Amino acid sequence: MTPLLSVRGLRKTYGGRIGCEDVSFDLYPGEVMGIVGESGSGKSTLLNCMAGHLAPDAGEVLFDTRDRGPVDTLRMSEPERRMLGRTDWAFVHQNARDGLRMSVSAGGNVGERLMAVGARHYGDIRGKALDWLDRVEIAADRVDDRPSAFSGGMQQRLQIARNLVTGPRLVFMDEPTGGLDVSVQARLLDLLRGLVREMGLSAIIVTHDLAVVRLLADRIMVMKGGRVVEAGLTDQVLDDPQHAYSQLLVSSVLQV
Amino acid sequence: MSDYNFAYLDEQTKRMIRRAILKGIAIPGYQVPFASREMPMPYGWGTGGVQVTAACLTPDDRLKVIDQGADDTTNAVSIRKFFERTAEVATTTVTSEASVIQTRHRIPEEALSEDQILVYQVPIPEPLRFLEPRETETRKMHALEEYGLMHVKLYEDIARHGHIATSYAYPVKVEGRYVMDPSPIPKFDNPKLEMAAIQLFGAGREQRIYAIPPYTQVVSLDFEDHPFEATKAPAPCDLCGAGDSYLDEVITDDEGGRMFVCSDTDFCTTRQAAGHRGRLSPIEEATA
Amino acid sequence: MIRIENLSKSFTLHNQGGAVIPVMAGAHLTVEPGECVALTGNSGAGKSTLMRMIYGNYLAAAGSIRVGDLDVVTAEPREIIALRRETLGYVSQFLRVVPRVPALDVVAEPLLAIGTDRTAAQARARDLLARLNIPERLWSLSPTTFSGGEQQRVNIARGFAHAYPALLLDEPTASLDATNREVVLSLIEEAKARGAAIVGIFHDAEARERVADRVIDVSAFTPRRAA
Repeated sequence: MTPLLSVRGLRKTYGGRIGCEDVSFDLYPGEVMGIVGESGSGKSTLLNCMAGHLAPDAGEVLFDTRDRGPVDTLRMSEPERRMLGRTDWAFVHQNARDGLRMSVSAGGNVGERLMAVGARHYGDIRGKALDWLDRVEIAADRVDDRPSAFSGGMQQRLQIARNLVTGPRLVFMDEPTGGLDVSVQARLLDLLRGLVREMGLSAIIVTHDLAVVRLLADRIMVMKGGRVVEAGLTDQVLDDPQHAYSQLLVSSVLQV
Repeated sequence: MSDYNFAYLDEQTKRMIRRAILKGIAIPGYQVPFASREMPMPYGWGTGGVQVTAACLTPDDRLKVIDQGADDTTNAVSIRKFFERTAEVATTTVTSEASVIQTRHRIPEEALSEDQILVYQVPIPEPLRFLEPRETETRKMHALEEYGLMHVKLYEDIARHGHIATSYAYPVKVEGRYVMDPSPIPKFDNPKLEMAAIQLFGAGREQRIYAIPPYTQVVSLDFEDHPFEATKAPAPCDLCGAGDSYLDEVITDDEGGRMFVCSDTDFCTTRQAAGHRGRLSPIEEATA
Repeated sequence: MIRIENLSKSFTLHNQGGAVIPVMAGAHLTVEPGECVALTGNSGAGKSTLMRMIYGNYLAAAGSIRVGDLDVVTAEPREIIALRRETLGYVSQFLRVVPRVPALDVVAEPLLAIGTDRTAAQARARDLLARLNIPERLWSLSPTTFSGGEQQRVNIARGFAHAYPALLLDEPTASLDATNREVVLSLIEEAKARGAAIVGIFHDAEARERVADRVIDVSAFTPRRAA
């Protein structure tokens, strides 16, 4: 089986400081991978390098495209990469405001990706938007409201709908449940799990919340100081961590 | 002869503007940056259009200036006088007699010909600005033909009003490539953007010039199930009786009385001179 | 079906002065299809550790654990996930679920994961919940609010939903009343009858007698302490 995403020797430095270094892994179709580590460990840098938001200094990010097979997205032309960002890739920001158009209605937010790939039938676009609002549990009568009138949890669900409406194959998520209270988090996690399974999505989730990765991720990478210190099956790494830092991380979680 | 250089601007500046115009014509709908000059009038009064007109004028030209279709409003009168004084060119209010027409917010009703130039005053040239405030991003979107956002704007219209409520500055796609803001003309005028004359657009504050060459394809954006419609008030002109011209609504008293008149004053007076009459035409003329 | 050879395991506690605690060495175990092997030994002898290693939850230090054709010790995460989805079931002592998901869906999930259609999966889930005497009014509620015994039964129903060729059972009859204990034991017998290879921990000696074909004392695998 061809990996959906192959990362090879990725490095990003900020002047003399290491953002991330020597990161390599394969992500297979349908796999959900978590990247955990403390603030400043390089997980967000890594995510942004893979998603094309930051230019890494070295390495390859090979994506298995529909028409040409594995292509290094870092060497793709910009239009191609942006097209990928609208079709096969999705990016869910921690702060919904970064991922939504706050001055556009919920329906318009969901419809934007459809229109960006050429949908020109209002009725169809609206129908799909309503369908997706329903899937993320936003009432149909909110379709014409702006996200600024939504709660934090609703904004985040709207952002997810907006990203998934074009049926992407790979979703990057940056702390998708950060900043939400726990009951809202649980609902969002349940939703994400369901969508990931139904759509056969592959996902890379950056989070510092070990409970989130346990529920969502098949496997995890533990990062420290820009490097991957341990990687493996999620429950194995969390229940039997091998590296000193992973042990510290796991033992630092407060028990409820 | 006045002490100004011909048409106010110095020759180097006019050359710079002409280069921008030529580039604009070569790439229909593409916004060409240019070094907009300070003009002796405030931004918003047509400084972009005036600079383009100045760069186009020759001593043999005959200039017409309209504002919302009218030749006699402050803006039109002051710009006309400006060129009378600085270029000493002939002026006219008759559309067919003009070689250069500077306009704000209208396209004349009468079809223009190949030897005419129509210069538009443009406040905000960027059609994507409504939803994307970053200039770096809108430029990239134009470059990569990422125009989905334009339809988001129309979607919002339909979602809110049940139909595309944008009635002026209605976005168009030029020659199948660049999406362009046609300046705040009513969408009634959009079909006229495909014409025989050269159309030049100047935005002074935003420092952009763009153009539509003669006979260029100009398509108004729409949805398959909400097609573009060129709308106007559903009435004939009350002065000349024209049923196919764009109308201004004029409130005549405090009791709800109103009348509709052609916004194109030259068109209306020409028709009246030819004997056409509307509902509120003065009686003595109707009987004469 | 399950073949363990020369397996060893130690824990290194980096944050406690790098202490290395060897917990298992030279473990051997074979389980044939249709066979149930019970692990015994004192508390702390390594019964659960061995079980967790078979499931891939704990990392082995050396040796091999073959389940079907896969060596769990060296397998990629995605291979272990596929193994857990299709071949190897595990009934742990505690139910860990996403909040808000109804009990019926919790039980049906393993079937949905292998592509069973929703109706069939839910029918099977209903069957199991009814057999395990979970009142029907609870089916649409999240098990997080259930009593300990009810949670355990939901957990068992989930473990038996799909007919795994290999099963790991960690105290399946603990905290159950006589009726439900009987149901669980018959579920185990049915699994054996269809050819499942089972490894179990049963503190309940009577239950062990009834379902286990062999008993392995894991104390034999405890490394000798360097005195």
